[in-house]
Amino acid sequence: MIQVLGQRAQHALAFLGDFTIFSAQTLGWLLRRRPAPHTLLPSFYTVGVRSVPVVGLTGMFIGMVLAVQMYYQSSRMGVGSRMGGILNVNIVRELGPVLAAVMLAGRVGSAMAAEMGTMRITEQVDALSCLGTHPLHYLVVPRLLACTLLVPLLTIFADFMGVMGGAYLGTRYYGIEPHFYWYHTANFVGLWDLASGLIKSVFFGAAIGLISCHRGLNSQAGAEGVGRAATEAFVASFVVILILDFFLGLFLINIYHAPLARQPRFS
Amino acid sequence: MSQATATTGDLPGLIGLERASVAFHSQRVLRDITLWVPRGQTLVIVGESGCGKTVLLKLLVRLLAPTSGRVLFDGQDLALLRERELSQQRLRFGFLFQGAALFDSMTIFDNVAFGLRARGKISEDEIRSRVRQHLQEVGLPAEVESKKPAQLSGGMKKRVGLARALATSPEVMLYDEPTTGLDPIMSDVINELILLIRRRYPVTSIVVTHDMNTVRKVADRVVMLYPLSRLRPEEAQVLYDGPPGDMEAHADPRVQQFVAGKAGADWLNSA
Repeated sequence: MIQVLGQRAQHALAFLGDFTIFSAQTLGWLLRRRPAPHTLLPSFYTVGVRSVPVVGLTGMFIGMVLAVQMYYQSSRMGVGSRMGGILNVNIVRELGPVLAAVMLAGRVGSAMAAEMGTMRITEQVDALSCLGTHPLHYLVVPRLLACTLLVPLLTIFADFMGVMGGAYLGTRYYGIEPHFYWYHTANFVGLWDLASGLIKSVFFGAAIGLISCHRGLNSQAGAEGVGRAATEAFVASFVVILILDFFLGLFLINIYHAPLARQPRFS
Repeated sequence: MSQATATTGDLPGLIGLERASVAFHSQRVLRDITLWVPRGQTLVIVGESGCGKTVLLKLLVRLLAPTSGRVLFDGQDLALLRERELSQQRLRFGFLFQGAALFDSMTIFDNVAFGLRARGKISEDEIRSRVRQHLQEVGLPAEVESKKPAQLSGGMKKRVGLARALATSPEVMLYDEPTTGLDPIMSDVINELILLIRRRYPVTSIVVTHDMNTVRKVADRVVMLYPLSRLRPEEAQVLYDGPPGDMEAHADPRVQQFVAGKAGADWLNSA
């Protein structure tokens, strides 16, 4: 029993060490040599352009779902007309960044892991090395850059669609006067709320890129191995996104309030 | 460091393994292999599946690192090279992978041009003419250039893989099971190509195979490896090292069995 636990702990530590070395080496390549444009463009296209519809749709429905709940809860407290503020702050701080990142982990992360896993087991990764190209430089850096730079942009789009979805339901369906809806939103949602969501999304993007590439490059042989790499990439990214969300959320709230000695605003 | 920069003149060959062993976790694959390949030789490494032939080939370009022992190329210990130096050394090798390992997101042209582009300092015009030349050399028409690997047959993929490996003008060609999965005629075409390449370029070749036709056709020297799991601890893993002609008359029944391609009486226990 103790032996099994010890082995598990040893495996976990070895895995963590391996991932840390992988991340540090990727960062080293990122700083050492600029990736070629022809490797960047396909990654940016796959991660960015092709994710727009699904991220937009997710954002819009999150806004509308949240509006239903918010209106119901806030009208019970008699502040139904103020729901715009609380709804939108939730979207830009939490739900927009987290759901956009989770959608991308599912859409892009597992596909990247499967692609790189297939390349590994068909020896294409070895072939890259033999032709004088480092796989981290050629395969991982462009994908990491695409995820880190584009997840925040997609988050802005998800936020926008969420805000619009919520506003549509709030003002059209529940009949809140648009003036009040937007007035309370403008009072309640600050630039920092938007910024903290976007700062988090940068980390989410980097996590998706690194985890998915690492899982793919360490894929086991066979269709089962590649399938498992793809699933693990998504599950691990999802869990890490939630853990990062918690700690970054705590950290960002603290640095906002602590040094400037501000109080949370309740307008 | 003095060992790493020793000249080839002091060493028995261009490429060498010195007491190299490889283990994956607790499974040992290669044990204490010492092997030197002189410049210009065509060495064929044979042995049944799982005896560590491909692992040995990958040690030579440091796609795998030995658990113990050294791998030397042109007087340099590969373990002591920095990443950039290693990349440059690897360009002196051409590697034909078992499944050809063509980049399936690229066209055939881009596949063959890949190594040249990675080197840099070569104009697109020159790349174009060299890709044409090497595709022609392996007997492929210019029309395949724009195709994707998935559109080609197994034999054509192997030949594209060969053209890609040749494009960087390597000093050493490594072939991993070049005829596996091909029909007898295409297998012979690949064997002929190995011979043609050796005639045309001053390459050292190492071929890993279990095809005795390849051995008879291309080998200057044959090395036979045996799976560690079926060896006694005191036995050497290299069962045979010599010219191809002497293999059949070798005293070790395991060598004779491999040459004859017979299952033998104890196959149920050993398989």
